[in-house]
Amino acid sequence: MSAIIEEHHHDDHHHGPAKGLMRWVFTTNHKDIGTLYLWFSFMMFLLGGTFALVIRAELFQPGLQLVAPEFFNQMTTMHGLIMVFGAVMPAFVGLANWLIPMMIGAPDMALPRMNNYSFWILPFAFTMLASTLLMEGGGPNFGWTFYAPLSTTYAPPSVTYFIFAVHLMGISSIMGSINVVVTILNLRAPGMTLMQMPLFVWTWLITAYLLIAVMPVLAGVVTMMLMDIHFGTSFFNAAGGGDPVLFQHVFWFFGHPEVYIMILPAFGIVSAIIPTFARKRLFGYASMVYATSSIAFLSFIVWGHHMFTVGMPLAGELYFMYATMLIAVPTGVKVFNWIATMWQGSMTFETPMLFAIAFVVLFTIGGLSGLMLSIAPADFQYQDTYFVVAHFHYVLVPGSIFSIMAAVYYWLPKWTGHMYDEKLGKTHFWLSFIGVNVTFFPQHFIGLAGMPRRIPDYALQFADYNMISSVGAFLFGFSQLLFLVIVIKCIKTGKQATAQVWEGAHGLEWTVPSPAPYHTFSTPDEVNLKEAHG
Amino acid sequence: MANDATYQNYYVPADSKLPIFASLGLFLTVFGMGNMFNEMTAGADTTFGTMVLLLGGVVLATTLFVWFSKVIEESHAKLYSDQMNRSYVWGMSWFIFSEVMFFAAFFGALFYVRAFVVPWLAGEGNRGPSDMLWPNYVAEWPMLNTPDPTLFPGAHTAMGWWGLPLINTILLVTSSVTVTIAHHGLNEGNRKKLITWLGLTVALGIVFLGCQVLEYYHAYTDLGLTLNAGIYGTTFFMLTGFHGAHVTLGTFMLLVMLIRAIKGHFKADDCFGFEAAAWYWHFVDVVWLGLFLFVYILGS
Repeated sequence: MSAIIEEHHHDDHHHGPAKGLMRWVFTTNHKDIGTLYLWFSFMMFLLGGTFALVIRAELFQPGLQLVAPEFFNQMTTMHGLIMVFGAVMPAFVGLANWLIPMMIGAPDMALPRMNNYSFWILPFAFTMLASTLLMEGGGPNFGWTFYAPLSTTYAPPSVTYFIFAVHLMGISSIMGSINVVVTILNLRAPGMTLMQMPLFVWTWLITAYLLIAVMPVLAGVVTMMLMDIHFGTSFFNAAGGGDPVLFQHVFWFFGHPEVYIMILPAFGIVSAIIPTFARKRLFGYASMVYATSSIAFLSFIVWGHHMFTVGMPLAGELYFMYATMLIAVPTGVKVFNWIATMWQGSMTFETPMLFAIAFVVLFTIGGLSGLMLSIAPADFQYQDTYFVVAHFHYVLVPGSIFSIMAAVYYWLPKWTGHMYDEKLGKTHFWLSFIGVNVTFFPQHFIGLAGMPRRIPDYALQFADYNMISSVGAFLFGFSQLLFLVIVIKCIKTGKQATAQVWEGAHGLEWTVPSPAPYHTFSTPDEVNLKEAHG
Repeated sequence: MANDATYQNYYVPADSKLPIFASLGLFLTVFGMGNMFNEMTAGADTTFGTMVLLLGGVVLATTLFVWFSKVIEESHAKLYSDQMNRSYVWGMSWFIFSEVMFFAAFFGALFYVRAFVVPWLAGEGNRGPSDMLWPNYVAEWPMLNTPDPTLFPGAHTAMGWWGLPLINTILLVTSSVTVTIAHHGLNEGNRKKLITWLGLTVALGIVFLGCQVLEYYHAYTDLGLTLNAGIYGTTFFMLTGFHGAHVTLGTFMLLVMLIRAIKGHFKADDCFGFEAAAWYWHFVDVVWLGLFLFVYILGS
């Protein structure tokens, strides 16, 4: 036994990464694992994006052209699942892995081997999920919200693999989140109090708490489906005394916090980038923390607004309507603070700042359409139309995904040691900005005019806007290949980055050289509070 | 290593082959299980799925065994600082919180069914389709007559709380006390007390599980209470079944701790493994009290 221990000691003290491909499989280093998460999420982004382009190609013209309706349903389902669980969530976990230890002065994540485990579950889970498309009876075809009984009584056999893929994703998320929470609570450098943490760390602390609270509920609801399908239980079957609406309650108790899981880290990113390029401190740091906490709390008590039309007692409709509207208050505080941070700042508009400002503007549009949807009587009109599609794509694409891109441009010099090509970056931004708006803005109009979502064909009066929307989608989709080129180019070459990278950047991660050494902050130093606070 | 004080404060393990094998084991387990369930429902041969499931189980169990052994070795080699131990304490606490939320989903389903679904099915509030489909359905709990008895033949008798369930309650509450006495023994450095009371706790866990097997047998053979017996059987078996699975895991954890105690692994200030298992045990105990109240006493 003592020989084994000796070997540990020896291994612990190596300083560089291991050689060869197996480095990535066995690694316990938070930067390596962050990189794995980010590349994995980008691959899933391209896969989910391809599915989206199949949908937009079919909808380019009215009538059925390219794909069969059954396959169209599989595309809408897989697009949603892959983007939510495969692209957005792992990208934020990747950023958390890279940044949180560097931001709080920790040597690594708290539980490094479990960190590796959390990541490597995902490729298995998504391989299994994607393989359902090739199975007999086709892949999941019931929408990413997988409402029963579509996902139970009337589901293809591949639903079983979908259920277990969700279980794997849940296990991965819970372990990843426990790691984040423990790292933040236990590994801050001496002297860094909670209220001195960068907002990205704060928002991730709250996100991780949400994940630990609701991923088990998702596991519960898919388990109920599994039992109904294979073991004769009647959770979602009224003939046995159950209720399909029960599915929706349990699902959305998970689903609404899930929405904030995909946006809170984005708030943290934008709160880091805007002060840097406005060369001012963030306006209202404490109110940002309280607003984030309030949003997280409210997320648990508003799930019913997804279900206004399924039949709920009037008191329930009213309660969920007013509770939902309350969320506009802390969100408004945040938008106000970002604008106040820019007010009278010495602003410059490098690529991360462009994405961050676009985030503030376009996310607010998505927030306002959300406010419209929260009005129960109006929602009876909007429910299941393209207006809803426009709403949540505005908060998720120029919201979550723009923030991820902003983060990549902002911290890429720290990761690679090179500056990215600013001109290409700006080109990528403008193509994406135009593409997103051309795709999703017209969907508001066709939605209000009554075009239903998740249908492969539509009435002739919706033809023009659908055509515009499809053109925008292809523009946005293919622009992302430019993003890939920029990132690869930045890894290989580019102007040497300084430690601080950006003139106005504050925070511990900007005190270490670029690229950041394989192990940062091996010995926790007393934190320079001014640096930490930014 | 003397010239390198960098890892003095927090142990960062070297590259490890454990997680990838754990991922592979987990994947094979769920893939095999999925395949087995699908073939079972289709009425086909389940051999392939079962074999993959078993293989996955073996890979996962072996990996976890090696993983935990390694953690124990590292701990004995004094690689873990107090700060590292705090990470484990926080980690276990948040894991238990996630388990609480898992049970919350099933308790929530039970409450929703009893408060809303059953009265609505019987026509309360004139809610349209639900009371038009089965106009003669009368609300009751426990639901013995389901809305459509041809699809879901209800149980003819409900499970009472007197008898086995009450005995099981006494067993689990007692086991929470015995594990605490064992903890006191550990704190006092009294190994004999630790081993005796911990052994007794494990025994109580096993007896509990035995009683639950008897109870399920009684439900299936005497009461007609099955998974297929409508929402009453559904909630009864899913809540008590998942609890039973957690008791099994908890008993296993305590058994491992018993073996470690016999080997002399624990000291009063170095016993996180024992404490984690004890917290888990208290957690399953509290869940049982919820079950006893809501499923047995208020449900029969």
